[in-house]
Amino acid sequence: MLEKALRGTARYWLLLAFWTLIILAGAAAYYRQWNQGLGITGMSRDVTWGLYIAQFTFLVGVAASAVMVVIPYYLHHDKNFGPMVILGEFLAVSAVIMCMLFVFVDLGQPRRVLNVLLHPSPHSVMFWDVVVLSGYLLLNLVIGTVTLDSERKGAAPPRWVKPLVYLSIPWAVSIHTVTAFLYAGLSARPFWMTPLLAPRFLASAFASGPSLLIILALIVRKTTRFDPGRGAIQKLATIVTYAMVINLFFVLVEVFTAFYSGIPEHRESLEYLFVGLDGKTLLVPWMWACELLTVGCVGLLLWPASRRNDGLLAVVCVGVIAAVWIEKGLGLVVAGFVPSPLGQITQYRPSGPEMLIALGVYALGFFILTVLYKIVVSVREGGGPAPIAAGDCPNIREAKMGLSPSVRPNSEPVLGT
Amino acid sequence: MDENRRSFLKRIGLAAAAAGCGFPLLGAAGKAVEGYLEVPSTPGKQWGMVIDVEKCLREEVRRACTEACRRAHNVPQIPDPEHEIKWIWSESYQKAFPEEDHRYLAQSLRDKPVLVLCNHCTHPACVKVCPTEATFKRASDGIVMMDMHRCIGCRYCMAACPYGARSFNWQDPRPYLDGAHLSSYPTRTKGVVEKCTFCAERLAVGLEPACVEAARKVPGGQDALVFGDLTDANSPVSRLLRQKVAICRRPALGTGPNVFYIV
Repeated sequence: MLEKALRGTARYWLLLAFWTLIILAGAAAYYRQWNQGLGITGMSRDVTWGLYIAQFTFLVGVAASAVMVVIPYYLHHDKNFGPMVILGEFLAVSAVIMCMLFVFVDLGQPRRVLNVLLHPSPHSVMFWDVVVLSGYLLLNLVIGTVTLDSERKGAAPPRWVKPLVYLSIPWAVSIHTVTAFLYAGLSARPFWMTPLLAPRFLASAFASGPSLLIILALIVRKTTRFDPGRGAIQKLATIVTYAMVINLFFVLVEVFTAFYSGIPEHRESLEYLFVGLDGKTLLVPWMWACELLTVGCVGLLLWPASRRNDGLLAVVCVGVIAAVWIEKGLGLVVAGFVPSPLGQITQYRPSGPEMLIALGVYALGFFILTVLYKIVVSVREGGGPAPIAAGDCPNIREAKMGLSPSVRPNSEPVLGT
Repeated sequence: MDENRRSFLKRIGLAAAAAGCGFPLLGAAGKAVEGYLEVPSTPGKQWGMVIDVEKCLREEVRRACTEACRRAHNVPQIPDPEHEIKWIWSESYQKAFPEEDHRYLAQSLRDKPVLVLCNHCTHPACVKVCPTEATFKRASDGIVMMDMHRCIGCRYCMAACPYGARSFNWQDPRPYLDGAHLSSYPTRTKGVVEKCTFCAERLAVGLEPACVEAARKVPGGQDALVFGDLTDANSPVSRLLRQKVAICRRPALGTGPNVFYIV
């Protein structure tokens, strides 16, 4: 199937060349970090995690959100999601790879990374995070490629895929829960030490991930002959709406607890984010932008007319991603370190090379995503009708291919029968 | 001959790396295990320390402690406070004991300098989170140790420590060492975390921690720092804790610090 990635239009190759350019710039910056150490980043004695670990946290959410297309398709037999499901799974694959790379570039001794496997430490949440993330990568890679390959051959996917699909659902929840536990179990960091962290992570993940998926689906629809289907996009928009409203609610719950109780150590990090501490206000404009975006997007999502307008929906999705990115990819990690346990208020500002490395990791992820989506599009666009397997009705195949203009209402997804 | 062998091994290594397999990584990790076994064990059960804040008020006492530690362990002197390495240092009373702070705490007490170091906790948060067991609590004597050959530099322990007792080598520390006064203690590399080890290497040969010994030698520094086995009722630390009111840092967190303070 991989050969489909090797033949493409000039536009496809140009896109890959663009990602490669950014990857190379990131690699050059990483070479410097490899030689000189993490001192070339903006991190410090007091703020020991920064952009890298924050991106990791944000992307775990994107990866987990694949479950939001898997559940409707496989559990609710919603055929609208047929063409979309593979896009979600492959987005998860590239997101998990980015997650792993972000942890890797954050290590002070990257050559020793295998120590995590050589000396497994079940008492460390990080060990479990490595376990669940690798498992999730494997699950999505296997499910995605096997179902796509069967589709290409016009056959029903092998039976053994179904249990894997069901397993991937709780597994998706586990990756973001374990990632939240990385933070929520630390008595030294009152800002993170809230049982609400895992639910909050999941809510914001199910808002940002499907938003990204909607944008990607719209791009695929615009640039190729493959249409992931308006039905799925609209249902995803509903999911984004619910998730974003719940996320906003969770944030308000946190704010209430911190400020009504008035306990300084629970209040101070939030104060740092929204009004600044000791005159240090680096993140304040970002956080207010985040809240404005959140409220604005929730408003537009709740208003059906704007949600149903594909153009406006795309803009709202960008807004949702930006809001969640600021919240998780910027504020949440850094604010846990401000103030430090010794009351130091140290500001964190990512350095140039640090941002280049982060961009490089993103570019690598998008490179993989481009290749994976290219394969999907080629399979869906490619050739005449393939032979149809036993038990597989033609209309389902057409629905799955996303090429049929209308889908008959009584057809069932292949794995759901 | 040796040169030939080295270049041959290098080529093998490069070939392995080129093959894209993880064996070179495994090799680096394997070496780390050997380092850990060389750390000598000591005869105590749970080492602990009692610091008399009043006796440490004189700057010479505190400086003697921090300097002795610096010399004993080749702790680099890095001018940038954001990249500093600290094993034992001074904090204000207010920052060392945030839970003791209140509106009418005398300003003089609030600003009093207090020596702080790793608390070698009974339930160390850093040990719990370490994904490679590069930091671990020694069953024989309760010292929270660091294996700087195994540490992958993820800094999870630094996020977990409520005392700020851990330092990360943001760069190669060697240029910041005083080459003329290097001790036999191994210098560190960039990218690993380090901290106070209660001078495990001195305890192993029957010596006290360097800071305790240094404080005693300063006039007025007698018993400023007292060290001993907390499980032994007759040790100087146990006797002192029975006689005086002592506090420890952030007891509410349940980490069980083994460094106590007489205020």
